[in-house]
Amino acid sequence: MSDRSTLRLMVFGVLVISLLGTLLGRLFYLQLVTGDSYRQSAADNGVREIVTPAVRGLVLDQVGRPLVANRTSLVVSVDRTVLERQPDDGVAVLQRLAQALGSDPTELSYRLELCGPRAHRKPPICWNGSPYQPIPVAKDVPTVTALKIMERRTAFPGVQAELEAVREYPEPYGVNGAHLVGYLGPVNEEELAVQKAAASTDPATKLRRNDLIGRAGAEREYDAQLRGKPGVTRLAVDKAGRVTGTLGTVDSTPGSYLVTSLDARLQSVTEKALADAIATARKANDPTTGRNYVADSGAAVVLDVRTGRVLSMASYPTYDPSVWVGGITAKEYNALISKENGLPLTSRAVQGLFAPGSTFKAFSTVGAANSGMGLNSSYQCPNVYRAGDRSFANHESRGYGTISLSRALEVSCNTVFYGIADTMWKSAGGLNAKPTAADPIATAAKSFGLGSRTGIDLPGESRGRVGSRAFKQALWDERHEAWCQAAAAGYPELRKTDPTQANLNTALDRENCTEGFRWREGDALNAAIGQGDTIITPLQLATGYAAIANGGTRWQPMIATALVRSNGKVIKAFTPKATGKVDASPATLAFLRKSLAGVTTDGTGRSPFKGFPLDRLPVASKTGSAQVDGKQSTSWFASFAPANNPRYAVVAMVSEGGTGSGTSGPIVRKIYEALFGVKGQSVNPASGVLVGGQPATTLPKVRSDGTPVVPAGQEGSPKIAAPPAAPAPTAAAVTSSASPGSASAGTGTGAGGPDSSGGFDGAAVVATVSSRAGRPRRGPPGRRGHPPTTPARRP
Amino acid sequence: MSYGYPTTYSRTRADLRADDRRSYLRELDWVLLIAAIALSVYGAILVWSASRGDQAPLMGDLQYFLKRHLLNAAIGIGLAFLVSRVDYRLMRAYTPVLYVVSFLLLLATYLPGIGVKIAGAQAWLKVPGLGTVQPGEFMKIALILAIAMILAEKRDAESEPRDSDVLQALALAAVPMAYILKYQNDTGTVLIVGTIIVAMVAVSGARTRWVIGMLVGAVVALLVAIQFHLLQDYQVGRLTSFVDPEADPTDASFNVRQAAIAIGNGGVFGRGLFQGSQTQGNFVPVNESDFIMTVAGEELGFIGAALVIVLLGIVVWRGIRIARRADDMFGRLVATGVVAWLSFQAFENIGMNLGIMPVTGVPLPFVSYGGTSMFATWIAIGLLQNVHLRHAE
Repeated sequence: MSDRSTLRLMVFGVLVISLLGTLLGRLFYLQLVTGDSYRQSAADNGVREIVTPAVRGLVLDQVGRPLVANRTSLVVSVDRTVLERQPDDGVAVLQRLAQALGSDPTELSYRLELCGPRAHRKPPICWNGSPYQPIPVAKDVPTVTALKIMERRTAFPGVQAELEAVREYPEPYGVNGAHLVGYLGPVNEEELAVQKAAASTDPATKLRRNDLIGRAGAEREYDAQLRGKPGVTRLAVDKAGRVTGTLGTVDSTPGSYLVTSLDARLQSVTEKALADAIATARKANDPTTGRNYVADSGAAVVLDVRTGRVLSMASYPTYDPSVWVGGITAKEYNALISKENGLPLTSRAVQGLFAPGSTFKAFSTVGAANSGMGLNSSYQCPNVYRAGDRSFANHESRGYGTISLSRALEVSCNTVFYGIADTMWKSAGGLNAKPTAADPIATAAKSFGLGSRTGIDLPGESRGRVGSRAFKQALWDERHEAWCQAAAAGYPELRKTDPTQANLNTALDRENCTEGFRWREGDALNAAIGQGDTIITPLQLATGYAAIANGGTRWQPMIATALVRSNGKVIKAFTPKATGKVDASPATLAFLRKSLAGVTTDGTGRSPFKGFPLDRLPVASKTGSAQVDGKQSTSWFASFAPANNPRYAVVAMVSEGGTGSGTSGPIVRKIYEALFGVKGQSVNPASGVLVGGQPATTLPKVRSDGTPVVPAGQEGSPKIAAPPAAPAPTAAAVTSSASPGSASAGTGTGAGGPDSSGGFDGAAVVATVSSRAGRPRRGPPGRRGHPPTTPARRP
Repeated sequence: MSYGYPTTYSRTRADLRADDRRSYLRELDWVLLIAAIALSVYGAILVWSASRGDQAPLMGDLQYFLKRHLLNAAIGIGLAFLVSRVDYRLMRAYTPVLYVVSFLLLLATYLPGIGVKIAGAQAWLKVPGLGTVQPGEFMKIALILAIAMILAEKRDAESEPRDSDVLQALALAAVPMAYILKYQNDTGTVLIVGTIIVAMVAVSGARTRWVIGMLVGAVVALLVAIQFHLLQDYQVGRLTSFVDPEADPTDASFNVRQAAIAIGNGGVFGRGLFQGSQTQGNFVPVNESDFIMTVAGEELGFIGAALVIVLLGIVVWRGIRIARRADDMFGRLVATGVVAWLSFQAFENIGMNLGIMPVTGVPLPFVSYGGTSMFATWIAIGLLQNVHLRHAE
């Protein structure tokens, strides 16, 4: 045979032997060089953690009434991975399940879809959690139904019924407070990914797949503290999940209780007064439009002016936070996000932005004083103010001739403030003023916190803005290119259908393009009476009026007063936080307090306080009826009381609600009546809604068993949702049969019966298994079901 | 070299047969045989350990897989004995028949009632009494013989195969390979056969451009297949998951990671037989066949796993030695094909256990549990012995 053949054979032989050498080298590397890390992985591999979620902390009001508590609920959940293994992808199972639960199979299947472009529904209907995790589809299932499902395992593969700790809203005094307390939702993949990227190693705050986390309100703001630390039992298991031993147990630490400055009783009064006022407004005729008031939304805020603590805060429309418990249905969710229902998820008090109207005049007054205008001088209040070739009318009032500034506030004379603003505008240089020229009114308003976030401990606060020369310039810097382009294009699409409007738009854009940065005379005049570019939240206005009342301190509004452990030990007390001093002299503030008291006795604020003992309890107030293009005016009533020794600031607002005194005034009056115990002409704070007649000065007590102590007779008949008739043994039976194949994982310790003392439940919780490796368990189909469950009772 | 038999009539036919037997036993390549037997027995122990946790209890006998593996090996040795004794010329003569029959069996896997689908591959035949067999394994043998026949034909003298011979050989291989790739999605087998062909064409003495062309062609084909999505997603997943085990969340990377953990867990001396937590906890899938090396690695450590590789090295060394010393081109090519087959299959299998090769589901010769594979590899040993004996005559 040829040499070539033999040579190639030898080369081939060398190649083959070197392949085997490669294997040896790799083997050496794996076993002898990096072996240690693999040994750790192997040790972890055989470990499963049974996570017992911590009992979430309660949210209490200032005297200890639970606003948010816990109870147990029988929740039915479905494991998609098991359904997908059915020959028909689980269609028949869902049919049967829908029938058993009395719901619609299509709706049920939507809830099992993973959120994404292919899902029929948006979150939170579609499932935002892990695809390997059973998805809850029904809550508060009657025991009979749950048993029916669990007894017919073969007819319901992948379906389980379990006791879970869920949030409960005891509603003392019928309080709602949805925008304050918020709600919970399942943790989603993104958050888990963020956490993974952040490599947070603190096991106490680590989010796990089955966790519920706060999605709004205090539940979100104080989520980490309320959530507590889950208990972890480490079990040795084989790949199929068979338990071979227990490696260790760490008990769960219940979440802290959040004590708030809110008062359930006052909150209830506030909510009711707001809702009543809106109902009344909707029956009243708006003389301007000839229609009834739309009164689509509203807000009311009560602050302690000495600390900035929020005593109550209502937003209309609101929603029932319990719809989120155990998963929200499509119908419920659509109701929450529908425009027709007025977007009830939005807190008007914290997130809503509205023109403040005449309530802004208090800050314009400060601006005038700061720029050297006399507080005691005389001002002209004609019916119409002429600036250049334009006329600015007194909207709410007639002309009053020559009057004092105090009187101008009382009667809310627009033309006086037009005059003040015009003087300032001209002295700053008029149309050609530099963007940096003095703008005393805007500067004053900003120092009271308008146009910036107050920093309240609630998520999603809006910033708002104060109209000014600087704002106008900034807006033009940002937008002028778009304006110029639109003007050049000339709205070709719109022109085909509506050439008039197209011309109008083009002209407007052209003007904005070339002149949009100018702070025109009209802008300055409008800004002085809280119109134009200025939009603020009701909470900002309340903070501003509280600063007038307390002598110039801007407090950061706060709802939290303390975090308390479930055994009563105080972990953290939140002290009031001042964010600054306002830009006003004590004399100016004193002038305002006196003048605003006059508004209630002799001015626009008088009518809602007819018959109110103002001599014993003077109230300082300012009305506002802000004009909104294409809508009815926004009704405002800002106030504080007692005017001579202020304690509370109260602001009410109703969008499309008409005049301030007509619609919002009665809200404020009802709140003061409740706060000060006003009956007829008598004033007795001790008989008011606050226990002891004033905001609580001490923290509520929490017994060592976790029950908050509420003063006798002040419980407010909390609504304790009837537990779903699930006596302990039954519940244990249901949960244990829910997890075949996880036999020894500890069941039947006796589920906690509902413990209704103190208006909340002692919390039976369901333990869940999560793989330490973060992977779904891989077992034979039959064993892949839900993890073992351990109904555990908090000690 | 040949033995001149004494031509005295005092020797009976029985004496001749006894002589023949003696010389057969004396002339066998005992090193090769013992290495292969050692691998088979070692495999039986590993299979025994691997099956104790999950499979064996289902059969109601913890030693079931141990016994079956030893039985398979015994049958394989018997087959090897028969093959080693087949007349060389007869083998050449029947090669076309063998090829056609093997291919028909391969096609038969798609016949309803006979063909069986296991683990997603329609690659099995139901044989009464034997359970299931995988004709693809026998196809490898038939291909080796057929290619050797074509490339060695008329060229036992000192001439190289013509281009047309090489083309014929390639065509012979291409048809069943296309079928296996298309209908059985068995990339592992196709890679092995590709290696066999390249090795055999090279050793046949064909022009160098053929060898280089085939190597380049293989690389290009792989790149094109990935680039133009000719492979199923899971095929790409299998091929790429070994690059980054975290990248692909499907089973492939899970298996790779669990295998690496098991092997890394073993250290120098291993956790001890039956003591590997990964093995006994069934974290590594199919560890009685595809991932058998993880059992050796975890329970018997570097020493135990290296022993497998060393024994395979001995088989390969003897195979190449036989090829080098073969009397004719046919024998040399058969030996080369067998070595290419066993060595590359071993590399693919162990490589995937060690995370340096894609997960393709090929068994480890002699060691992995499975009848067909055991029979086929022992037949391959028989072929090597046959070539060896002919040289010894």
